Amino acid sequence: MNDHNAATLAAVRSSSDPERNAVTEVDVAPTGPDPHAVFQAVDLSVYYGSFCAVRGANLAIAQHEITAFIGPSGCGKTTMLRCFNRMNDFIETVRVEGSVLYHGVDLYDPAVNSTEVRRRIGMVFQKPNPFPKSIYDNVAYGPRLGGVKKKAELDEIVERALKGAALWDEVKSRLKASGLGLSGGQQQRLCIARAIAVDPEVILMDEPCSALDPIATARIEDLMQEIKTKYTIVIVTHNMQQAARVSDKTAFFTTEVNTESDRRTGCLVEFGPTSTIFSKPNDERTEQYVTGRFG
Amino acid sequence: MALVSPSIKATTQAQVRASITRRDRNIGGLVLYVLLLIAVATTLLVLFTLLARLFAPALPVFRDRGLSFFTGTIGSNPDKVGIWPGLYGSFIIGIGVIVVSIPLGVAAAIYLEDYAQNRWYNRLIVINIRNLAGIPAVIYGILGLTIFVGWLEPLTTGKTVIAAALTLAVLVLPIVIITATEAIRSVPQGLRDAGYGVGASKWEVTRDHVLPYAAPGILTGTVLSLARALGEAAPLILIGAITGLLPATSLDGPFTALPMTIYSWSSKATPPKSVLGFDNVAAAAGVALLLLVLVFNIIAVIFRNRFEKQRIGL
Repeated sequence: MNDHNAATLAAVRSSSDPERNAVTEVDVAPTGPDPHAVFQAVDLSVYYGSFCAVRGANLAIAQHEITAFIGPSGCGKTTMLRCFNRMNDFIETVRVEGSVLYHGVDLYDPAVNSTEVRRRIGMVFQKPNPFPKSIYDNVAYGPRLGGVKKKAELDEIVERALKGAALWDEVKSRLKASGLGLSGGQQQRLCIARAIAVDPEVILMDEPCSALDPIATARIEDLMQEIKTKYTIVIVTHNMQQAARVSDKTAFFTTEVNTESDRRTGCLVEFGPTSTIFSKPNDERTEQYVTGRFG
Repeated sequence: MALVSPSIKATTQAQVRASITRRDRNIGGLVLYVLLLIAVATTLLVLFTLLARLFAPALPVFRDRGLSFFTGTIGSNPDKVGIWPGLYGSFIIGIGVIVVSIPLGVAAAIYLEDYAQNRWYNRLIVINIRNLAGIPAVIYGILGLTIFVGWLEPLTTGKTVIAAALTLAVLVLPIVIITATEAIRSVPQGLRDAGYGVGASKWEVTRDHVLPYAAPGILTGTVLSLARALGEAAPLILIGAITGLLPATSLDGPFTALPMTIYSWSSKATPPKSVLGFDNVAAAAGVALLLLVLVFNIIAVIFRNRFEKQRIGL
């Protein structure tokens, strides 16, 4: 199992962009994952110390789709999202059981380099967090780490990323100005530009609009629709309307209260096409949540 | 279910005005205000008395001696002595503290804050570093005498300014580590996440984001520790700073420093025929020490302002 994963990981790493799809096709792990899935969580449980934040989640995320994670606070949506690019690594007590397969490769395999993982799987955070640097340097930071040194090449990447994030026209005349001088919505689009500048395959978004006003939110949502042709997007959101508007698939999480310890554990209730989740869900809890009677 | 009771609803404008424009009769607050004012006044009074007592006897020295007071050497005639050996020693100590304790202290702080896991032995290390900051300076003198003068004699060549600089660097190391740790801890998690999010490694995040953001705080610690190191006399006594005659200054020979000079002159009796007393020159040496600390601090503040601008992305 491990040898197989190490080999496929090498294949994934060495593949240049046009060949990504080819890699997905040849890659079928023995556990029988969905060959078209970018991510597949298999019996995924996440613990913080002895506290179980998510228990036994199974889902597959398809390429070039927007998948939304919805559910009440504390249901483990963000925890789950952060497993997909190993951002959980920085929490000391965290422990992951089960597996997260990325094109069939277990991301938690000891041979996997988490820094490489995060280069391929970018992230946009809840609060816009530009670096205290110029707009240009914010976007150029990732490519520079990746070894791009030539000014002309960097200029091109920065322009492409800012255009991709629908920010270019607003900032092209002041690329040397601080990223912190932008408005909240612009800052968040700058963060999206920064994420796409390293040309990832997936962008994980952790409540990207929760700190933004409705107009800025609408711009980000439009942007997501534009870029989903190039990237696979997973978004955590508190806003059910947002999930209904932007996503192709929706995963509904909820909390289960352990009556003995009174602790809450997140679990995945239902996962399916967004239209099904919002119109005729299978689970009663999903229906109660999406109709606003709970959560 | 009405949250507002009918009686309040029914009040007239006049009644509302009367109830919310009542004079503040907060006696407790007034007493506290006066007490705080007294505390500030006392502090300022003490400070000004100190400065006046230092500057008044020092003025005749600067007037009569001028530059020769800064270039002359220590001796037994207060009309002819100068502070050059002390100035030289203190300057080298200041440089030594910067060169040794800042890199060591910041590196230790990065390790403790970002790399060390939360285990009992690491917590023990942190507690011990905090305790080290409270150890009397004279104990560090014993340490310096044993380690830097004794064991490391090939490196320091004995009782020299290098041994003194190393001893004082070790003395302020806990302060540097504690302030740097706090500065690093204050770096927002969002900034680290942003770096990791685009595929930066731990070291790259530390180098590109954590350290620049923490730099102003680290420099504040540097200022505090430099002032401390330049003011200490006790460890220098143990290491063997010279108080008698010191015709030449060097890195590998006998040395002295300004606090040592002040200490020795303060305890000397003025010869009957001299114009200036030893109390005058001691005060003037004190002023010189203040100026030296000030120069180091101004440099640190200039750097800090530059880092501060970077931090907000200008």
